[in-house]
Amino acid sequence: MDYIAQQVINAFQLGSIYALIALGYSLVYGVLSMINFAHGDLFMLGAFFCLLLESIVPVPFWIVLPLTMIAIGFLGALLERLAYRPIRNAPRVSAIITALGCGLIIENITLAFSPYPRHMPTLLQNSITHFHGITISSLQIVVIGVSLLLMLLLDFIIRFTSFGMAIRALSSDRLMVSLLGIPGDSIISLTFALGAALGGAAGLLYALAYPVISSSMGILIGWKAFVAAVIGGIGNIRGALLGAYILGATEVISVTILPSTYRDLIAYSLLLIILVFKPYGILGEPPIQKV
Amino acid sequence: MNRQSKDTFCLVFFFSLLVVSCQPTKPVVKIGLNAEITGEAPAVGASCVNAAKLYVSEVNQSGGIDIAGKKMPIELVIGDNGSKADESVAISQRLIAQNEVVAMVGPNVSSCAVPSSEIAESMGCLMISPWSTNLRTTRNSDGSFKKNVFRACFTELVETPLLAQFALNNLHLSKAAILYDISSESPNSAAHEFQKSFLQAGGKVVATETYTTGDRDFSAQLTKIKAENPDVFFIPAYYNDVPLIAQQARRLGITAQLIGYNSWSTSDLLKLDTGHCLSNAYFSNHFSLESGLPKEKKFAAQYQAAYGQPPDDIAALTYDTMGLVTEAIAKADSLNRKAIINAMAHIEFFSGVTGDFSFIKENHDPLKDIIILTIKDGKFIYVKTVKP
Repeated sequence: MDYIAQQVINAFQLGSIYALIALGYSLVYGVLSMINFAHGDLFMLGAFFCLLLESIVPVPFWIVLPLTMIAIGFLGALLERLAYRPIRNAPRVSAIITALGCGLIIENITLAFSPYPRHMPTLLQNSITHFHGITISSLQIVVIGVSLLLMLLLDFIIRFTSFGMAIRALSSDRLMVSLLGIPGDSIISLTFALGAALGGAAGLLYALAYPVISSSMGILIGWKAFVAAVIGGIGNIRGALLGAYILGATEVISVTILPSTYRDLIAYSLLLIILVFKPYGILGEPPIQKV
Repeated sequence: MNRQSKDTFCLVFFFSLLVVSCQPTKPVVKIGLNAEITGEAPAVGASCVNAAKLYVSEVNQSGGIDIAGKKMPIELVIGDNGSKADESVAISQRLIAQNEVVAMVGPNVSSCAVPSSEIAESMGCLMISPWSTNLRTTRNSDGSFKKNVFRACFTELVETPLLAQFALNNLHLSKAAILYDISSESPNSAAHEFQKSFLQAGGKVVATETYTTGDRDFSAQLTKIKAENPDVFFIPAYYNDVPLIAQQARRLGITAQLIGYNSWSTSDLLKLDTGHCLSNAYFSNHFSLESGLPKEKKFAAQYQAAYGQPPDDIAALTYDTMGLVTEAIAKADSLNRKAIINAMAHIEFFSGVTGDFSFIKENHDPLKDIIILTIKDGKFIYVKTVKP
């Protein structure tokens, strides 16, 4: 029983991190129908920004978190302005290739400055609670709690603010929105900033939970979060959340039941099966053909 | 200028070019170094390059290698393989075909050394890996030795059985769990060899779990391991994964004795383990600063003077590899690649900074002692030498 409860907590922590990253993919896709493959690298920059900040002035977690989000959000908007806006009307393949290229550039710049894996400083005292044979660390609670808080905040922004309304309008018809006098370009920039800020926050939380950081840390987890976003229905915010928790759970369940050698094989086969039955993702809706 | 003088000018110009290009360049012995300078294991590459440069500067100060009565200095050609299999292959090809090295030192990481060894085989150049312990580096799939490939370290066949015996007989632990990176060459075979010999020696292996390169969360596997309640936990993983595994294992309440193998032995492991989760862990290694060999002491002092830090095992093994290559070249008494390989195949005994090597019966893997170290107060402490 404690064994299963412990695995549930493990799945929850993994799923929360995936969710924060998957949200960034989904936001950008919803607005531009473009997959920002550099997102995993913005996630990595979140961790490195915090390391840089801590090495200059030691600041507590509650200040680092918003600063990281602002900095990475700004970088995300910059990336959109410099790399994606000029080719917005080009074929979709060009946009994907540009995103992949930007990701590689970010990785290699970081690699040039820091070829060695670095140790992340301890920002939060980590106390461990034993409860009926289950162990929960305060760090796990912070990771899960902050992720949930950020996701609720995003949901609130999307549903109840005029900015959120503009994002939803953009995702349903980009041309029409600009005709109605909504500044499309700045909304797109802000959306990128929002997605990147979430990615940066995820990077920071991840680095606190697993305190060895390197320039390649965003690649694998970036792919996994992308898979989560697709499973949930890419472009759909709640779908991204659902997909991320499903992915975290399938990974942990497959390790629990079968030898861990088969983890990725089982987890990703299951996800492919979901796609066979729900090709637009669990919460995704097929696009309406306009004649 | 009339036509004739134009022709004369051209001729003179042409011949002068020929003379310039035929000018004998200073004869040097080119040795290639295929190292992991960037990528997953940059600490490995840094130590390797440092030690090789130290060796070359020592030999060149004494004039160089004596070949056919003439002293020739060594020129080191360094290539960065990025710890990637494909790049290490490209670097091997470049060093051998383009830079025309007479022998290649490296790569160190097995996932690079195994594919590079195929290039050394097909292009007929001597390759000695300082640090790759994977069997397939020097052996073909049928178990026979590759003609041109040697190594300066022990293999997992020598190391992990001795480690398993140490855990059973010296630490008196008999219920083992193993967690390893399934997509990485060396940890994979270390895990299998350990499991085999631990079972043979009378121990029990209660859990064998895996992960893939790039994973940072091991809690699902560790929760499973904890449920089996092992008393010794073998972690064959590279140094950037080990502190995370140890930290998460301790957090989940795994109290088993942690043991590891030679991939742990870099000071970066200690830098990343700030929570001291690896305190009192044991691991086997190629080299220790406290093993008390006179050659080792002299090397450690020189290395410390040159780079301001003590050498690690990769530095020591690279230094010995350079020694082996130099001895083979001196024995061959020529810069012919075939003659050098032939001379290397006839070296049976070599005394280096990591101890005595014996290449018994045309074996390309040396028989050597393993050194057991422990981690205390953020330092590696020498425990004992286990003889094969």
